[in-house]
Amino acid sequence: MNFWQYLVKRLLHAVPVFVGISLVVFSLIHLIPGDPAIAVLGEQATDEEVNALREEWHLNDPLWQQFGIWLLNILQGDLGRSLHTNQPVSEIIASRLPATAILSGIAIVVSLMIAIPIGIISALKRNSWIDHVARVIAMLGVSIPNFWLGIVFIIIFAVHLGWLPPGGYHFSKGFWAGMEGMILPAVALGAAYAAITTRMMRSSMLEVLRQEYIETARAKGLSEPRVIRLHAVKNAIIPTITVIGMQIGYLLSGAVLTETIFFMPGVGRELITALSKRDFPIIQGLILFFALVFVVTSIIVDLSYAFFNPKIEYS
Amino acid sequence: MATPDLAEPIVAEDSQPRRGQFRLFVDAFIANRLAVLGLVLVLIAVFAGVTADWIAPQDPNAQNLARRLEPPSADYLLGTDQYGRDLLSRILHGTQVSLAVGFFSIVIATGFGVLFGGIAGYLGGIIDDIVMRIMDVFLAFPALILAIGILAVLGPSVGNVITVIAVVSIPQIARVTRSAVLTQKEEEYVQAARVIGLPVHVRLFKHVLLNCLAPITVQATLLVAWAILTETALSFLGLGVRPPTPTWGTILFEGKDYILLNIWWMSLFPGVAIMLTMLGLNFLGDGLRDALDPKVRTD
Repeated sequence: MNFWQYLVKRLLHAVPVFVGISLVVFSLIHLIPGDPAIAVLGEQATDEEVNALREEWHLNDPLWQQFGIWLLNILQGDLGRSLHTNQPVSEIIASRLPATAILSGIAIVVSLMIAIPIGIISALKRNSWIDHVARVIAMLGVSIPNFWLGIVFIIIFAVHLGWLPPGGYHFSKGFWAGMEGMILPAVALGAAYAAITTRMMRSSMLEVLRQEYIETARAKGLSEPRVIRLHAVKNAIIPTITVIGMQIGYLLSGAVLTETIFFMPGVGRELITALSKRDFPIIQGLILFFALVFVVTSIIVDLSYAFFNPKIEYS
Repeated sequence: MATPDLAEPIVAEDSQPRRGQFRLFVDAFIANRLAVLGLVLVLIAVFAGVTADWIAPQDPNAQNLARRLEPPSADYLLGTDQYGRDLLSRILHGTQVSLAVGFFSIVIATGFGVLFGGIAGYLGGIIDDIVMRIMDVFLAFPALILAIGILAVLGPSVGNVITVIAVVSIPQIARVTRSAVLTQKEEEYVQAARVIGLPVHVRLFKHVLLNCLAPITVQATLLVAWAILTETALSFLGLGVRPPTPTWGTILFEGKDYILLNIWWMSLFPGVAIMLTMLGLNFLGDGLRDALDPKVRTD
């Protein structure tokens, strides 16, 4: 099988997963005990309002038909409308996306800049004090809840020292003001990511350094820095990138909490706001969106892994 | 199908003929200082949770508005909250609830996950396909997001949090169990059991799964850490356990409004409790994995 056949196969494999995801998100509204329309609108809603919503959501049709309509709609990008503002859900997501994208992007870049060098050094100086310190810090990073780290950052750097704003999205006041507001949330969100990446980079490096081609490279007289740079790091980084991609779900979950603490107008905080208003079309739309981002990322990760690693079998 | 008792025969049969293996495991575990530290941290947390009713200096829900929002002092070692409740007592009782949620949700998830993963892996074919495709769908959601979605519908309560965390953890256990079963079922002892005519459920539950305990235990330990973190996050967002029930998450939830007023103790101390427990569980999980893996052990 060549790369393109593998690509088609991987995409086809994603179809039933996509249908399953839609089914789960669709079912959420039907898990509500009692009539979903009354549950959503509240007991004080008039019969007219309830009937209108039942009509709009096709609640009088058989379930399979409801699901069919819902699936067709989302395939056309129609995720419904907010119960409160009547704004299309897809527009709401689009308007909240930049904050989340910038936050996650900075978090990933910062965490990689920290994690990859530390992972490499940690592996090269295995069992030295640097290695021990790095491993303990990495374990701390995995063990600290990112939202609590965010709170601690606010207490120290915003409340006590007054160095940075305690949150908010300030890009309307200019690029640097916006970036300043991103420092605390991005570091809080990226810390655990950095920890996971450090651990992966370290074990991946150790694995590569055991391989015979490293010995071969040394034997043919390459200097040690060149062996590390050209042979070890290059090969160790492939599985690390895979792990980074697979952790995107973690990053999305973390964004919900981080955005809530730092009052960022992103998709994560929108989910929590919609929950408090019981605005179910937004809740469903966002959960579907998060799952799709997760699925698409894992496809890209799989494909890039296959693309960059010629040894892999496409199966 | 018969419902075999999973716990009993496994322990009874496992400890006798494999005592040598068990000694090797214990020796390897004790030699790993971080693993022992992890075990100690977890035991301290469990002790604090179990004995909270006796060791907590005050009733965790007793209000004393005259002494609200006091910083740590000799009277209140970790300070008081917005109702003048003793924070130390609330954190100790919170340990009880948070650990219970983490533990029970993963016990339930392990039960179902081992059942699904075991059956899928051992029977293979169409059953394997159906079960694992369903698991794939659940794994396609970021777990916390799926938990938030289900809780949005079910409403916040301790029982619902346990249910939701269990549901989103089942696929993880199922996947680990399935791949362990796939390796085990090719082993000679399984062929032998089939040849002497043991029925399929006996082969699967008494023989194959018994030998899959190591990866399942490791995964479950790490999942307990994840479950506790998730409970904390959900309660912090106001979706999980609700105040006044103390959990680490609800205390952080209540402390959230006071961060900018410099009432740092309400947010700091519950987080330290979480961090130490997570460290303990992660060190313990890693230590178990290394000690149970014969390849690492002989290194």
